[in-house]
Amino acid sequence: MLHQKIDPSTNVDRNLCAENVSISIGKTPIVRDVSFEAASGELLAIIGPSGSGKTTLLRALTGELSYEGHAFLSGRELGGMSAEDQAVLRGVLPQISQISFPLTVSEVVALGLLDRRAGRLQRETRISEALAKVGLAGFEGRTYQDLSGGEQQRTQLARVLCQVWDPVPADGQPRWLFLDEPVSSLDIKHQYQIMHLAADYAARGGGVVAVMHDLNLTAEFANKVLVMKCGKQLAYGSNESVMCSGTLTTAYDFQLDLVEVRSGRKLFLHPAPVKI
Amino acid sequence: MSEATASVPRIASWSGFSQVKLGNREALARAVMLLLGVLLVATMLAGLAIGPISVPVLELVPHLARHIASPVEGAPDGVLLRDWIVVKDIRLPRVVLGALVGAALAVSGAVMQGLFRNPLADPGIVGVSAGAGLGAALFIVLGNTALASVMSLLGIYAVPLAAFVGGLITTLLLYRIGTRGGITSVATLLLAGIALGALTGAMTGLLVYVADDQELRDLQFWGLGSLAGANWEKVASAAPIILVMLFCVPFLSRGLNGLTLGEAAASHIGIRVQRLKNIAILLVAAATGASVAVSGGIGFVGIVVPHLLRLTIGPDHRYLLPASALLGACLLIAADTLSRTIVAPAEMPIGIITAFAGAPFFLWILLRKRGLTGL
Repeated sequence: MLHQKIDPSTNVDRNLCAENVSISIGKTPIVRDVSFEAASGELLAIIGPSGSGKTTLLRALTGELSYEGHAFLSGRELGGMSAEDQAVLRGVLPQISQISFPLTVSEVVALGLLDRRAGRLQRETRISEALAKVGLAGFEGRTYQDLSGGEQQRTQLARVLCQVWDPVPADGQPRWLFLDEPVSSLDIKHQYQIMHLAADYAARGGGVVAVMHDLNLTAEFANKVLVMKCGKQLAYGSNESVMCSGTLTTAYDFQLDLVEVRSGRKLFLHPAPVKI
Repeated sequence: MSEATASVPRIASWSGFSQVKLGNREALARAVMLLLGVLLVATMLAGLAIGPISVPVLELVPHLARHIASPVEGAPDGVLLRDWIVVKDIRLPRVVLGALVGAALAVSGAVMQGLFRNPLADPGIVGVSAGAGLGAALFIVLGNTALASVMSLLGIYAVPLAAFVGGLITTLLLYRIGTRGGITSVATLLLAGIALGALTGAMTGLLVYVADDQELRDLQFWGLGSLAGANWEKVASAAPIILVMLFCVPFLSRGLNGLTLGEAAASHIGIRVQRLKNIAILLVAAATGASVAVSGGIGFVGIVVPHLLRLTIGPDHRYLLPASALLGACLLIAADTLSRTIVAPAEMPIGIITAFAGAPFFLWILLRKRGLTGL
């Protein structure tokens, strides 16, 4: 595996930038004045309590919602890009994925294959590779609707991977994974498998933006962290600077302590049995 | 990966099926389409041959082909004039119209189901046919009086166009009512369809009071759905619209496949969802309108055909749409042949036959899907 270090500061056009982004749904403002810069080669986690605007922010960055302010992907304003152009540069893993007809797993994954010139063998190989990456090797012929929630989520991730397979393809433009709670319905082993997969995608030069709920996975895998609270940006910066008990306790209005466990890893824990 | 398959032991017993690759269903789909093509030719020949007068169809086919290439007056040598007229002027236009209408209804159903992401959506069920019917009835009844000027301007296309506009308005209304934030509520959709169907039906009912006897008979027979009175003029009025739709619809396949993921995810993989919806609604309304204008409300073809095909070849629209056109055409010709022989010499409206076969089928789908659709 190629772990090539890419210096994000050298080329701003390779980044995802948000400048004073505000988002309203109807007349209700949901997100106000968010600014950050995610570099390709890094994993940016967006965390914060439920209803803080994380998913709304991601939906604006994927072209679903309109926004005020500026957001650039690879130097181009997102609001002015067509669905096709965006689809070339980034794949999106949605939170819930219900499918209306009984497609097979391989048919779902094939929807991510945008290159229609690829031959059948090439397509089948890519689909199998993607399924193997998410731990679903051999699931090609299964019916998507019969899978468990976690298997469905990983099938969707395989589809997204097919869409932006090479983190940095021949055109030199890094590709992006936008993941909305990628590990929310997975067991702990698969949570790690998927987070390793995302981190590896970033390490190979791609960009990853993930909305996360699990603080310990975030602390372990993110390069940068954006903390949202009540639609505003509470903190933004490197993992080390943001993931401290003070910031997180403020973000969640809930006491969180940083505990060092065996092997030097750090965990965020609530100090006492929860009394609500 | 061994641990992944180990975590789902229930497939171990039929692991052979789990090895099905992308290509197998595609190969099956191609075979089924070939079969349906052959079946369509056979059904058309049967439709020409069967009736009160038996006709040596196979002998006539080369003459018909020659006649289409260079039309001549009178029957060709060695052919009874009676047989020639029965086949060329009565049964052939009827079979062709049946094929066109059957294809249009089945494909409209399949497109609408893809668009609304639900196997129960169908122009007949959700009131689009009723809206088209109102448009058509307006011109059938008022074509010689209040709307005479429009009628003379549009000629044979007046009724199909009016039906198209009626169907389009109903579909747009339905979409506005049933879909919110990119998610279509099936319950709302079906209930809104009932309401719109009742409303347009009532408006059509009002027209009965201003219709004369002949118009009334037309209106009633037409309301039940029938291909009786098929002639080359009707074929000419419906064929262009239906053929354009059948030609355009394959270009929607990829978009409709993407839409199975939901509207947001479809746009994430580069599908221009709004444009897709606009084109699909326009095509469905046009084809439904053209069909309703020439044959009235023939129900359930749009539900039964795509559903049967999904069970066999899967939901991939690249194969589902053309296969629906073929099977829809076969079924409607067969039903029509049945409708004009079952109570011969009288005729039964074909809508009665399709409803007899289709309504129980619809209930069967409902029962099978109960609990899944959130109804």
